[in-house]
Amino acid sequence: MPTPTAAESPLLDLLTGFIVELRNAGLPVSLTENLDAMEAVQHIPLEDRVALKYALAATLVKNNSHWKAFEIVFDVYFSLRGEEYVLDSELTDDPFEDDEDEDGANRGQGGEGNEGQGGSNKGMTPEELAEMLYNALMNGDASMMRSMARESVRRYAGMEPGRPVGGTYYLYRTLRNLDLDGVLEKLMQQQQDESEEDLSQFEQRLQRDEYKDRIDALKKEIEAEIRRRLVADRGVEAMAKTLRKPLPEDVDFMHASREEMANLRKAIYPLTRKLAVRLARKRRRGRKGPLDFRHTIRTSLSYGGVPAEPKFKNPRPKKPEIMVVADISGSVAAFARFTLHLVYALSSQFTQVRSFVFIDGLDEVTEYFEQTDDITEAIHRVNSEADVVWVDGHSDYGHALEVFWNNYGKDVGPKTSVLILGDARNNYHAPNSWIIKDLSERARNVFWLNPEPKSYWDTGDSIISEYSQHCDGIFEVRNLRQLESFADNLA
Amino acid sequence: MDHRFESVGDVRDKLSSVDYLADDAIAGIVHLADRLEKPILIEGPAGTGKTQLAKSVAEMSGARLIRLQCYEGLDEAKALYEWNYKKQLLRIQADRSGESDWSELEDDIFSDEFLLTRPLLEAIRADDPVVLLIDEVDRVEIETEALLLEILSEYQVSIPELGTVTAKQIPLVFLTSNNTRELSEALKRRCLYLHLDYPDMDREKEIVLTRVPGITEHLANQVARVVRSIRQLELKKHPSVSETIDWARTLVLLGIDQIDAETATETVNILLKYRTDIEKAVKDMNANADSYSG
Ligand SMILES: Nc1ncnc2c1ncn2[C@@H]1O[C@H](COP(=O)(O)OP(=O)(O)OP(=O)(O)O)[C@@H](O)[C@H]1O
Ligand SMILES: [Mg+2]
Repeated sequence: MPTPTAAESPLLDLLTGFIVELRNAGLPVSLTENLDAMEAVQHIPLEDRVALKYALAATLVKNNSHWKAFEIVFDVYFSLRGEEYVLDSELTDDPFEDDEDEDGANRGQGGEGNEGQGGSNKGMTPEELAEMLYNALMNGDASMMRSMARESVRRYAGMEPGRPVGGTYYLYRTLRNLDLDGVLEKLMQQQQDESEEDLSQFEQRLQRDEYKDRIDALKKEIEAEIRRRLVADRGVEAMAKTLRKPLPEDVDFMHASREEMANLRKAIYPLTRKLAVRLARKRRRGRKGPLDFRHTIRTSLSYGGVPAEPKFKNPRPKKPEIMVVADISGSVAAFARFTLHLVYALSSQFTQVRSFVFIDGLDEVTEYFEQTDDITEAIHRVNSEADVVWVDGHSDYGHALEVFWNNYGKDVGPKTSVLILGDARNNYHAPNSWIIKDLSERARNVFWLNPEPKSYWDTGDSIISEYSQHCDGIFEVRNLRQLESFADNLA
Repeated sequence: MDHRFESVGDVRDKLSSVDYLADDAIAGIVHLADRLEKPILIEGPAGTGKTQLAKSVAEMSGARLIRLQCYEGLDEAKALYEWNYKKQLLRIQADRSGESDWSELEDDIFSDEFLLTRPLLEAIRADDPVVLLIDEVDRVEIETEALLLEILSEYQVSIPELGTVTAKQIPLVFLTSNNTRELSEALKRRCLYLHLDYPDMDREKEIVLTRVPGITEHLANQVARVVRSIRQLELKKHPSVSETIDWARTLVLLGIDQIDAETATETVNILLKYRTDIEKAVKDMNANADSYSG
């Protein structure tokens, strides 16, 4: 293995900072992986930023849900490095006027568009800029698009050194001036005009997706350019800190944005599988079942009666029976959305899942999830058809539990795991906690998952301890990481 | 030690000479695996070319592919080695007359002759160049992963009766996973990691062109575009690369060179497996295009 030479050590310094920031962002980078990354970069030509990125990713990112976080940190740390990865010392108010494309625009298809680089864009009128941008999108000319993105940011973002404004604001200002929605329509129109026959709906759809792809790529270039300028102005560490976001597994269910929610949904499948496997686990300790006597004897005949090859019965893994009982009242509305996805994921993988939802009344919703492959439809039915309101639609755990016990208690048996999801905010109604006690005695186990931060438990109208004293476990579950650790602890 | 590949570009070229279209991430990690002598763990949706990558790397470097297919219940005896105790038993019986003493006999029956080599040991003992593929490693129980750790970091296998067998040459090792469960930290630490997702449109088009004989550039382009649009829908299961290829082959067989909504509707069942997904896609393909704006 080559050892680092003096010329490379600035890169190693930079890498050290980079890895520190990855850890700050929550990525679990071990010492081994750190060393692997240091070694990896020595096999990569220094000027090849793309290769550098994938070498670092291969050694440092071992979970796809961390990719986004990695990419942001990488951009912040390496977007300013030119061929030698050194900061241009002439960075003033207009830093990137004519720096080179360090990751080589020549990797794109079109070799044209070079006239768009360098300082020659400055003299253009806004109309000329708009036209060049339009043509770049029309032809899918990647390097031209990049160059136009830079110019647009320079003109329209209105970035000033030292201003404490975030990238979103500059992005908004730039995009407002470009009117990309209008551009898309214009592109579609031109496509239509130029074709001999009418474009079918289907063709239009495909073409629109193509243009949207290009426009997305352009937006990414614009964001990247804004980020570069911000990094140049504020410095790497400060920028990295500003851009830090929770990893998907740390996103709070209660405050997830739409996009975060979509990511959560994807992450949930492997997790439910694990959950169900764990719940089923105790029954299949040891890989082999009991000795199969007859089979052993039969086999022994071929060894002259010596039972040389003991035969075992196959262990018969039992399907876990799971009952999920979920609060879907207003106080946990955001959590409930997530809960329903959890229930859906569980029931699509295991037949033996029954689900119930409650507010002050309770209803079984198992069949809503069974009758459709479409989660949106199932959730819609839960929200419109399930009979969960008894009096006023404010949580009443006591009453909801009573309904559960009276109607479904008989179905709970020694093979049943019961998962209760809710914040135990009971609006000062009667708790009926004896039900949980009886339930625990009858069921294999009863677990309570609470989406509230622990520090809020038992404050106000929360009576979580009253219930949880009878459970086999109570867990704070506000994010995927906690849900996962719940699953892990079931082992 | 000599390196197998000059550069990332070299990997890409060699892969494409065996009809595997790599992007920067794929070519980069294969190059790195050779340099760092580390296994590659590939995760990703079904049919994105995880298994094929190992096969193609073997092919392009003229190495023998040794494959360990994982399944629930896989154990040491099937993965590493096993003593051929039927043969051992016969050997003992043949010796009933008691000519040799027990310790001699023991040495004898725990020798190479009685060892059944399984894929992992086979890869370690190989004299010729090999690529080891440990396919669908997420199917084994997490406890079984421990079997792999020694091989993946030391390239050796300890056999109590024989001692440690060390690799004569470091093989390239690939592990694949469909991500049905989290793999252990210990395993991941030892590997380079690649998430292999669906290819972008241009690469998918190239894949179709290389893998589907007789297809025109025009049709390949259309296929890739339609598949891209379908993958944007929220579906239970998105079309994989292999399904794209199957679809393209079908279109060629049917003599189609222009995909319209009707052909797409009639053949979409090759791309999608679930009824609800098919319905969704059909509805989408026949919808009014204006509803997609914005
Ligand atoms: N980059 C590529 N270049 C050429 N062909 C490819 C590529 N990726 C995928 N394919 C094609 O797709 C087929 C399916 O790939 P493969 O069997 O390797 O998928 P996989 O990821 O292992 O799927 P699974 O998770 O179901 O095992 C291959 O046989 C090959 O024809
Ligand atoms: Mg495979």
